[in-house]
Amino acid sequence: MHITDTMPEKREQHLCEDCAEKAGVIIKQTHHTTNEILQQFIKHKTGLGGGDDLACPKCGLTFKEFQVKGLLGCPHDYVAFAALLTPLIQRAHEGGTHHVGKVPPTAEATVKKQTGILRLRRELQEAIDQENYERAARVRDQIRTLEIG
Amino acid sequence: MTLDDLTKTTGEWLRGVGPMSDIVVSSRIRLARNLAEHPFLTTADAGQRTEIYRCLSQAITTTSPGKDDLLVDLETADVIDRNVLVERHLISRQHAAAEGSRGVTVSPNETRAVMINEEDHLRLQGLRSGLQLEELWAEINDVDDSLARDLAFAFDRRLGYLTACPTNVGTGIRVSVMLHLPALRLTKEIERVARAARDLRLAVRGLYGEGTEAIGDLYQVSNQTTLGKSEEAIIHTFSETIIPNIVGYERTARETLARHHESQLDDRIGRAYGVLCNARRISSGETQSLLSPIHMGIQMGRFKEFDLHTLHELFLYTQPAHLQKMQGRSLDEDQRAVARADYIRKRLAPK
Repeated sequence: MHITDTMPEKREQHLCEDCAEKAGVIIKQTHHTTNEILQQFIKHKTGLGGGDDLACPKCGLTFKEFQVKGLLGCPHDYVAFAALLTPLIQRAHEGGTHHVGKVPPTAEATVKKQTGILRLRRELQEAIDQENYERAARVRDQIRTLEIG
Repeated sequence: MTLDDLTKTTGEWLRGVGPMSDIVVSSRIRLARNLAEHPFLTTADAGQRTEIYRCLSQAITTTSPGKDDLLVDLETADVIDRNVLVERHLISRQHAAAEGSRGVTVSPNETRAVMINEEDHLRLQGLRSGLQLEELWAEINDVDDSLARDLAFAFDRRLGYLTACPTNVGTGIRVSVMLHLPALRLTKEIERVARAARDLRLAVRGLYGEGTEAIGDLYQVSNQTTLGKSEEAIIHTFSETIIPNIVGYERTARETLARHHESQLDDRIGRAYGVLCNARRISSGETQSLLSPIHMGIQMGRFKEFDLHTLHELFLYTQPAHLQKMQGRSLDEDQRAVARADYIRKRLAPK
């Protein structure tokens, strides 16, 4: 990465990708691209214009409203905004992505549907990562069915 | 039990007992929980909010650990009563000042308080004096289990307990320890300790949590990471490493003061006592700042004019809402300054 900073005076820096990310100059491409593709899928699925207008089908909260308030509207938002929330959650929890700890004794059955959607959402991401768009479309339909049901 | 009964004692967190209680004032653990089938409070309408409140207040007061708890409906409670609960560390300032259907249940000994409809549907909190995190976890975990038998909490296998703010997702746990660190402030080492704690991804805050100052040299240290670590692992790090380390630094700083700055230390304690005994007007902030060196003096065996119990009474009953509660009427800031100084002088007058 080569940067030419012209303000206040011309200064050249030569950074590796990691250092450039630390300096806040770039967001690592691999990360960005995955999210971008996934966002395309979400856009396609919900028929909305972009991340900002993305709304949860259950509670109606938009991602933009979440960004303003810092609070989500319902448990389903974790599914509806999964692609956008995942990097935020990772940053907030020292890279933690998976729950390690207590599991409620009886609640499991009632949240089975939610769990199913989250699992499919991960499969969707995998399919996109592997550029297996046929599988991605199938998984997307499964998610839609679960959400409606 | 009524709210008035609670105010007759200084409550659990000011008992001054438990491990490391020379420096650790109190320990707190809270768990954030939400009902799976309801929206979070951000989007819940008034009807849904009332329904959540009704369902949860009933569940808590009918399960075995909570059946003797006092339920306070904060929507209808008087402003002084709400602030009494804040000063007793049973509810947050936000919960006191909010609007709509909301409340709190408090156990008779005040070791447990459950906020309903705060940021999350439920905030289960355990509170004890000294460093007693394992005991607290056992109590709060038990309450959580009892409630989960009847209620379905929003939970996902990968993300854990789902909370209104993604920073609490996972275990939903916040472990928070309140420390009295006057010597670290006097030796100007407090910023270094706070920075080290922040580097470990811990939050260091003042007496009343987020955005408050460290009045009376009281600091709250709490975890910020809730995903990817178990409740036990987080608690263990606090009990075995973080808190013993900070306590060690404060004890060393106290020894340094006693060895190299003895007259300054006793002067500070003596002057604080002098002002408290003679002031005719005093703010609650000044009172707490003056009680801080005396608190340290008592713990170091350098102050014998009154004991820890009196100190805790002075600490709690001079705060605005407790003062007004004692006087049985609402007072403005000016009237409070006079009433507070009167109360302190009477409390410290030779018997």
